[in-house]
Amino acid sequence: MASMDLPIERENYLNANYGIKSWLLTTDHKRIAILYLISITAMFFIGGFFATMIRLELLTPAGDMMTSDTYNKMFSMHGIVMVFFFLIPSIPATLGNFLIPMMIGAKDLAFPRINLLSWYIYIVSAGMMVYVILNGGVDTGWTFYTPFSTMYSNSNVMLAGIAIFINGFSSILTGLNFIVTLHRMRAPGMTWSRLPLFCWSHYATSVIQVLGTPVIAITLALVAIERVWHIGIFDPKVGGDPVLFQHMFWFYSHPAVYIMILPSMAVMSEVITCFSRKRIFGYNFVALASIAIAVLGFLVWAHHMFVAGISAYAAVVFSLLSYFVAVPSAIKVFNWSATMYKGNISLQTPMLYAFGFIGLFTMGGMTGLFLACLGIDPHVTDTYFVVAHFHFIMVGGAVMAYLAGIHFWWPKMTGRMYPEPWGKLAAGLVFAGFNLTFLPQFVLGYVGMPRRYHAYAPEFQVLNVLSSAGASILAVGYLLPLVYLLWSLRYGPVAGDNPWAAQGLEWKTTSPPPTFNFDETPVVTWEAYEYENMPKEVPVVS
Amino acid sequence: MSASTTEAVAQHALRHHFATMEQQRESTTLGMWIFLVTEIMFFGGLFTAYLVYRTAYPDVWEYCSRHHMEFKLGTLNTVILLCSSLTVALSVHAIQMGQKKLTAILLFVTVLMGLGFLGIKSIEYHNHYVEGSVPGPWWHMEIERPDGTHYPAPHQYQLFFYLYFVMTGLHALHVTIGVVALAIIALWSWQGKYTREYHNPVHITGLYWHFVDLVWIFLFPLLYLIAGK
Repeated sequence: MASMDLPIERENYLNANYGIKSWLLTTDHKRIAILYLISITAMFFIGGFFATMIRLELLTPAGDMMTSDTYNKMFSMHGIVMVFFFLIPSIPATLGNFLIPMMIGAKDLAFPRINLLSWYIYIVSAGMMVYVILNGGVDTGWTFYTPFSTMYSNSNVMLAGIAIFINGFSSILTGLNFIVTLHRMRAPGMTWSRLPLFCWSHYATSVIQVLGTPVIAITLALVAIERVWHIGIFDPKVGGDPVLFQHMFWFYSHPAVYIMILPSMAVMSEVITCFSRKRIFGYNFVALASIAIAVLGFLVWAHHMFVAGISAYAAVVFSLLSYFVAVPSAIKVFNWSATMYKGNISLQTPMLYAFGFIGLFTMGGMTGLFLACLGIDPHVTDTYFVVAHFHFIMVGGAVMAYLAGIHFWWPKMTGRMYPEPWGKLAAGLVFAGFNLTFLPQFVLGYVGMPRRYHAYAPEFQVLNVLSSAGASILAVGYLLPLVYLLWSLRYGPVAGDNPWAAQGLEWKTTSPPPTFNFDETPVVTWEAYEYENMPKEVPVVS
Repeated sequence: MSASTTEAVAQHALRHHFATMEQQRESTTLGMWIFLVTEIMFFGGLFTAYLVYRTAYPDVWEYCSRHHMEFKLGTLNTVILLCSSLTVALSVHAIQMGQKKLTAILLFVTVLMGLGFLGIKSIEYHNHYVEGSVPGPWWHMEIERPDGTHYPAPHQYQLFFYLYFVMTGLHALHVTIGVVALAIIALWSWQGKYTREYHNPVHITGLYWHFVDLVWIFLFPLLYLIAGK
């Protein structure tokens, strides 16, 4: 079983046909997921390069490595690349694309050609973004605030805006595809209450993508028009209001945070049940919490604008609503903890990342409540406290869960196991490096270090050096999986169809799955997460 | 056409990953509805901006609508679009009855009306250009005093026309896409590609056209009728 070659070359989605054309013209959701995986990994390391530059500059209080203009571009492009080209497509376009049809017993997504189109749209927009980077970059911050972005910036604002505009359609089409697939493609017996929570969370994500993304698209189109025409609705000279831009931007970009975190929660529900050998605690609550997050997430955007001159009344309402949105997230965290309670927990790599997620996401969420509080927010607005808060959610939360999912489903995607000791080492490095990077930033922000400056007061240096040191550990933690996962493609132990003895339809087909996922359409007669009938331990594959 | 042939046509139109024609039809219809929801949000950003500035500058909005919007051309365009929605609805009914040529003719008439709408719209745009109410470098709008003298319109007047051009321009882009799509569907319908059993492309393109029509139903009163003519 543990030989280096697959015992008999079964027909699967990888060996069904060969050649570059069979990949570039594929409509198989699994191959498109792999295409996305490769492209977003490339963008992740481009974004990581800018993060490295930022942390290097901040080693010393003086702005000695680059000019302030260059530094502006570094953090802008770090944000734009990571948010729009890595985090938003990350889990949905790779794991979601790969798994959702299999989890519901379908042959493919509802619109396979639109799925491929979404990848091409992504590639065009990513190509434009790379061109922007090589052409001198953009310096507005990822938020494109007017009037700086429309009137004053001399960088490639328009191209970057158009790239994000185009990229939005890739996101919309993925969301549209998932919604239709989950409504219309479920196998016989796969009712909504038997749906894996992975699918519920992705459904909520898709709703946000479909409702939110068009708004950022039209907003950035207006910014682009304003740069060409030199007149527009955000232009104070003609009676326009720059704060309207902030409203329209955050109407998408706050829910966009939930586009990043809901798929992470999707992964969590699968990993935690499997490695605790238990049914999820409170299935209905976890499922509906996803929907609640999607709905409430649209009602809190102005908490990014407490100091932007919105009325006190609006600020109070948005502050209160921001507290409400923490409730469904907390429900999920409590339910995962309750799932683990008295579970038969095993600590393989995916579960280590899951533990990291729960701890870091909780801290990120709690500090989010600080920021929703009208008393504290003005004190820490635009400081490193905010930077630390959203990195706890986006990196400590979303990226941790992404890595958990990649490790958990790697045997399904490739047919081979990753090397477990290396996996555990990388998970430990990521956790340690992450905390060393971002915990000091909470302190820095609280004592008053503003974000987006390339030079700072000398008393902040110790904490900044700690942060940069942590970032280098984090970088090693991210490079390791890249190396050993590629290594495992050839040398990893053969995984078998269900190496974790996990529930879920995706584990009932072969690894790697055949092109149409199942030899015959499955009929579902069981509830989700019936771990009572599964082995009491997670098997060890080596 | 015999029953077995129509079945074969239907089988050919069924894509591999769907189990039944019904599942395929419901999926594509739902897909189009969700796409239309994204379109509503897309236009929604502009309608929000419109609302904000109309509330901020009600006098400007009233003045521009009263003196610079061509009420008659707008009304004519509204009638044209409403009629085109009727012909699309009739074409969907016709293909459900299996009348392929009639479907193609009705769709073709819709295309003509769409082109007519775009023609009238471009006449209006040209008139705005001549009178100097295109914002940006082309702007030289003047306002008449009661004594007959003129003074340059304040900057806020550009906001109205900026929103007018962006909103109707985006709508015209959608009309153009719709005209192209309907022309292709009309051609394929003439060639007999759609049948009583398989006609979903006609149906969902029709849905899209109704949406384009509906956006105009909101744009027309918001831009042309504020002054209460």
